[in-house]
Amino acid sequence: MRLNPSRPDYTRPEIRPNSWDALLLPLVFALLVLLAYGGAQMTTPYNIGTPIPLSLDPSNLPYYLLRSALRMAAALACSMLFTLVYATLAAKVEALEKVLIPILDILQSIPILGFLSITVTGFIALFPGNLLGVECAAIFAIFTSQAWNMTFSLYSSLKTVPNDLIEAANMFHLSPWQRFWRLELPWAVPGLVWNMMMSVSGGWFFVVASEAISVSGQTIMLPGVGSYIALAIAHRDMAAIGWAILAVLGGILVYDQLMFRPLVAWADKFKFDSLPGEQIPESWLLTLIQRARMFQAMVTLPGMLWDRTSGLLRPRDKSAFYRQPGPLLTLPAWLDKVWNVVLIGAAAAALVKVGFFVHDEVGLAEVGRVFMFGVATTIRVVVLIALASLIWVPVGVWIGTRPRIAQNLQAVAQFLAAFPANLMFPVVVMVIVRYHLNVNIWTSPLMILGTQWYILFNVIAGASALPQDMKDAAGNMGLSGWLKWKRFILPAIFPSYLTGAITASGGSWNASIVSELVSWGNVKLQAVGLGAYIANATQAGDFPRIALGIAVMCLFVMALNRFVWRRLYMIAAERLRLD
Amino acid sequence: MNGHHGTALLDLSGVKKTFRTPDHKERTVLEGVDFRLAEGEIVALLGKSGSGKSTLLRIMAGLIRANGGTVLYRGQPMTGPARGISMVFQSFALFPWLTVQENVELGLEAQKVPRAEREDRAQEAIELIGLGGFEGAYPKELSGGMRQRVGFARALVMRPDVLLLDEPFSALDVLTSETLRGDLLELWDERRIPTKGILLVSHNIEEAVSMADRILIFSSDPGRVRADIPITLARPRDTESAVFRQIVDEVYGLMTAVARTGTAAGEAITIGYRLPDASPGKLASLLETVAEPPFNGHADLPALAEVTELPDDALFHLYEGLRVLGFARLAAGDIFLTPSGRAFAEADNDDRKEMFAEHLVRSIPLAAHIRRVLEERRGHRAPEERFLQELQDYLTGDEAERVLEMMIAWGRYGDLFDYDYNTGLLELPEDEEEDEEGDGEKPPAADAG
Repeated sequence: MRLNPSRPDYTRPEIRPNSWDALLLPLVFALLVLLAYGGAQMTTPYNIGTPIPLSLDPSNLPYYLLRSALRMAAALACSMLFTLVYATLAAKVEALEKVLIPILDILQSIPILGFLSITVTGFIALFPGNLLGVECAAIFAIFTSQAWNMTFSLYSSLKTVPNDLIEAANMFHLSPWQRFWRLELPWAVPGLVWNMMMSVSGGWFFVVASEAISVSGQTIMLPGVGSYIALAIAHRDMAAIGWAILAVLGGILVYDQLMFRPLVAWADKFKFDSLPGEQIPESWLLTLIQRARMFQAMVTLPGMLWDRTSGLLRPRDKSAFYRQPGPLLTLPAWLDKVWNVVLIGAAAAALVKVGFFVHDEVGLAEVGRVFMFGVATTIRVVVLIALASLIWVPVGVWIGTRPRIAQNLQAVAQFLAAFPANLMFPVVVMVIVRYHLNVNIWTSPLMILGTQWYILFNVIAGASALPQDMKDAAGNMGLSGWLKWKRFILPAIFPSYLTGAITASGGSWNASIVSELVSWGNVKLQAVGLGAYIANATQAGDFPRIALGIAVMCLFVMALNRFVWRRLYMIAAERLRLD
Repeated sequence: MNGHHGTALLDLSGVKKTFRTPDHKERTVLEGVDFRLAEGEIVALLGKSGSGKSTLLRIMAGLIRANGGTVLYRGQPMTGPARGISMVFQSFALFPWLTVQENVELGLEAQKVPRAEREDRAQEAIELIGLGGFEGAYPKELSGGMRQRVGFARALVMRPDVLLLDEPFSALDVLTSETLRGDLLELWDERRIPTKGILLVSHNIEEAVSMADRILIFSSDPGRVRADIPITLARPRDTESAVFRQIVDEVYGLMTAVARTGTAAGEAITIGYRLPDASPGKLASLLETVAEPPFNGHADLPALAEVTELPDDALFHLYEGLRVLGFARLAAGDIFLTPSGRAFAEADNDDRKEMFAEHLVRSIPLAAHIRRVLEERRGHRAPEERFLQELQDYLTGDEAERVLEMMIAWGRYGDLFDYDYNTGLLELPEDEEEDEEGDGEKPPAADAG
């Protein structure tokens, strides 16, 4: 052996626990116990009609929070699994790519909340006599709010793996399996982690919205923070709302510290090159995990077993050459043409079917009316995004150009984005009722209450990334006032602003379903719009109208994406890149 | 050719490679390439960028397949990446999420080498290439030179028969690349690595002469081997010695000769002519440098390379630019300014632009064509797609775009036409549109002031 004695041995893990283990292991065990307890509660027997006891006593809130947090975790796990399978298939199999990507595009623009009452019936039938069915429906709703952007992120990462790394992998004969785990997935990790964070941050909104599910005329309330809030609203209990807000803040904080800080800090190693001056993310938990010796040994154990056994599964290949690398499956040209015809046929058939269904069930006049509702909601979204931009762009730039403030406030803005805005609805409703305000105008801000923060923190990120030499040059030329904004700041932050605005706009459409129809005790406020239409249909259990509402909203969102956002994005990508 | 070294590791005969252009036309990148890498030799492949030498390297690596001819590795037809062939990349191509040790082990892991053996072998390769102590580091913690050492360790750990080097030193600074080159040659000459043959793709003539037993010069459109120069000097080679300088000179001469074949001076070039990567500003400064003392209009290419401190690859594009525009002639490793080249060097900026425009219209069919189209069309403008499509009859999509981009840079410099980035329209310069109804030709007196 030519091993150098001073060199740490990377091969044999030390098993004796050290003092870091003493800190970490209790934490891990506590988490496992909570997981087991909460999990057991999810699968208790249940029949529709029996009310689940819920109480407004704040001492129950930690338990409710645990249940909500577990739902979030389950949804996230499902999203991850879905992402790995769906995105990989789309990226690797050309014939499927043509179907999967457009479907994903549509799924992304479907208002999730409208879905809930449709899916819950199916899930209840799946687990008769058990609470798991309802739980699954709630988890599914959260899942649909999380999965799509993660899938898109992985797909686009898989499509943009640098060519020289692919060649290196081929040169060293990695099997497709090895290539996925050693090259493609690691390459995708930074984007995936970022999107997971966005997903969870958006997910809290749906946790709150999806726990009280109305199905066939009655409301099932799952134990959780969302139901607690629904109950508090029904009882007009302002103090309980306050407690719920505190609980949710706690949940967000726990997720941030135990999950995302460590993930982000860990994902940093998958980045290609850290830019000079860039903050290297840190996490106390990750440091703890990496230093805890016994824990590390336990973590590497499965890897070692895998390593040992995978060698046995396949004998060492002794031939001189490897298979020529290529796409996983390519159809011959004629089959590809047949496949195209089949796809177009299926799409046309579906369109005709939907057309007849809507025509028979609701009539064309109603379709026209729903389109008008769509226009009303579109106007709201556009006006609100514009207003929010007017406010948050200057604020974001001010913060972003002051590095020390930016670092602290960036985290606050992300935190605010995660905060479920539906918690604030009761307050607004009370104000509207109290001062007899116009419902059509004053419920609108609710739509953007939760999503405006995306604009703020993206602008902060963009402004803090402005190169110092450009700032110096602007100062040197004496740029100031409107000229400075027009010629330097606005174009420079436009790409990041756009990312924020797109997210905010998408979120606002979704939020319209809960914000155009709001209640406080017996008071019900309803604005004219597509969101209120869907919400009413959902409460009445009117499937054709739910379907119509969702389809129209889908159409509007997709049109807006295609004709406005994507165009702006192209401009930003082509002309305003800072490199 | 040069069979004094034992058996052939790689044997290529009549290799052909074509790619499809977007409108389903075929473009030939390699044609009739014969090549043999024998045991015990280092062969360098020199050629302009875009001459297909990287494609050829990838065919030998088994990464892409040839369309014609035969490729044999140790007598067997190549069907995929071969076990005995390793490659080192220009961009290093390291996996940033793996440590040095893990990067080096990766290829062994893929071959299911047991863990203990894998670690020992990786350790051996790491020590051999001088990376000891860096096992736990991530690539981004290392300097460029150290990164490429990881690249070499990763290739050598596979104990390859054949080492393919794809411009492995060109991303490094001069000093670092010299050290790394020296270390590699030492390992090779002392037979401390089991590698039996090395193929180096390069565009640095001195590098090739200092390393190789044989230099192959590649020409483009389509790529093929044009010259085969054996170098029998013993290593390590003294780069200052007269013999060495003479060989460098000779290779420069052959490179310029190759640059002229296919598009020899006087021979008509077509619209599909691949404009060299030569910005007008650089062309002008190179002309000035050659016109001034000590060269006074006639320069030895290696000496010019030293003075300008530009890489050979960039220089050959500039030479080709000057040649095709009629500002210079090339012969036997030397460059001579033509009378118009001298006049250009002495002229002031306005006159230069006018001379440049004149030469463009006269020598470059694409320039003349664009100008003619713009003059004929109403509004005097035309979308770039129109010309891109015409170019795609001759070139691949990317190459067509590059050529048009270059053409626009030249056209702008000569005030021949203008281009609007936002609309993608080519148009006649504004001041000309006013007197378009007149004689179109600007009175020279107006420009002199």
